[in-house]
Amino acid sequence: MLKDITLGQYFPGNSVIHRLDPRTKLVLLVVYIVALFIAGGPASYGLMFLLLSTCIGISRIPVKSFVRGMKPLLFILIFTGILNLFFTQGEHILVSFWGITITFEGLVRAVYMMARILMLIAGTFLLTYTTSPIALTDGLESLLRPLKYIRVPVHELAMMMCIALRFIPTLIEETDKIMSAQKARGADFESGKLIKRVKALVPILVPLFISAFRRADELATAMECRCYHGGTGRTKMKLLRYKRRDFEAYGFGILVLAAMIVITHFGL
Amino acid sequence: MSPILEVQNLTHIYSVGTPFEHTALEDVSFSVKRGEFVGIIGHTGSGKSTLMQHLNGLLKPTAGHVILDGKDIWTDKAVTRQARFRVGLVFQYPEYQLFEETVYKDIAFGPKNMGLNADEIDRRVREAAGFVGITEEQLEMSPFDLSGGQKRRVAIAGVIAMEPEVLILDEPTAGLDPAGRGEILRNIEDYRKARNATVMMVSHSMNDVARLTDRLIVLNGSHLAMDGTPDEVFSRAEELLEMGLDIPEITQVFLNLKKAGLDVPAVYTMEQAVAALKGGIIRA
Repeated sequence: MLKDITLGQYFPGNSVIHRLDPRTKLVLLVVYIVALFIAGGPASYGLMFLLLSTCIGISRIPVKSFVRGMKPLLFILIFTGILNLFFTQGEHILVSFWGITITFEGLVRAVYMMARILMLIAGTFLLTYTTSPIALTDGLESLLRPLKYIRVPVHELAMMMCIALRFIPTLIEETDKIMSAQKARGADFESGKLIKRVKALVPILVPLFISAFRRADELATAMECRCYHGGTGRTKMKLLRYKRRDFEAYGFGILVLAAMIVITHFGL
Repeated sequence: MSPILEVQNLTHIYSVGTPFEHTALEDVSFSVKRGEFVGIIGHTGSGKSTLMQHLNGLLKPTAGHVILDGKDIWTDKAVTRQARFRVGLVFQYPEYQLFEETVYKDIAFGPKNMGLNADEIDRRVREAAGFVGITEEQLEMSPFDLSGGQKRRVAIAGVIAMEPEVLILDEPTAGLDPAGRGEILRNIEDYRKARNATVMMVSHSMNDVARLTDRLIVLNGSHLAMDGTPDEVFSRAEELLEMGLDIPEITQVFLNLKKAGLDVPAVYTMEQAVAALKGGIIRA
């Protein structure tokens, strides 16, 4: 069923990571990614891994959900691994067959690259798992506020993102319903050649688009009825305010970044 | 006469083996005869929609069987596909599934999927349109230019055009005005009489089911709670109210009269009420 798809789903909870300000989490995620790309040796990768697993531990999100979320990315992961494995030049040749050589350097690089992608994704998941979409867009809006001065409609963009996120489950449910209804009229989505299958999508897509437009229209009317007129002069019910734990987290982030720079400076 | 549709110990569990596991139906059994008009009632989440989607093979039972005309609909792929055509299913708000350029083409979608020839498709489309009161001109219009009630009738015609032996409808009158409701219910009744088809209708209007159906199936908490004539079911008014369901207004009125000490029979339609009053049963 379509409903079973998870899209960076939020897991409500009450851990320290859940309670951090979304801005802190967004900034620290960027710091984490930078640190991850600095990493170059076993010690630096080890430190990053330790950091990631500690954070996951603190968040109390089951490791299983991280693994489940990785599945769609398996192809990219394997592709990157193979590419690095076969196309890295080096001195220590491990195997050589049919004109393909696998070097020790290639093997190491493949492992590092895969570890980097995995940790990158896991880090992003940790953010979306512990932060509700609304908090996330709120944080993003607040962080991007300086862009207002160069006439970027920050509030409108954040509102659009928020609405888009809100409607993903609704539209998935709607698609499920329309599919069942057309199946009840004998529509067949599972057999036939490519062209026939693409054509079979028309009875789903047309009603889906119409209902998406109808919903958008209704939502716009409802928002206008509640006097929505964009970001100017708009106040917030939940003001984002930094707490002590946020400053601590920032300090910790800087510390880790500094440590990473030092470690990689020594080539570890 | 052997039943057209038989449900045996039907159980359905959603998302088996995940934390979201949820039993929607448990051990439900009943059978329906040809030409019968059956009402299905139950509050939201009682398993009505899940049950309906089993009857034409959209959902596969976790346990139990659905038997159409003596044959399990899950025997093989061909039988399941046949069941989709023999048991027509009209979902809630079916007008949201319209997609073709003209009303004619939309009604023809089902018959086309059945692999019928052009003449037969044409006959069925015109007959189905006739049942729901769609005119010749409207057949050439875009379905999106019609009114809400007309769209609904086009969508129902799209299922009727497959000439199903069993027609199942999920709240066919939801969101329509009284005139539109009456019309659709008449259309359904016309089709049933003309084809001797079985009709099963989910409805929240107790007045409608009391007036139209021969039999009522009551679902409560994924179980089959009651199965009987409207007479039998509505005589258990208190149990129905406990389940969060209603009884027809006129039944409520007569129950109150009885409580007030009047010697009145239990009724569930306006006609019965009038007859009871005219018969002079009430002597103050």
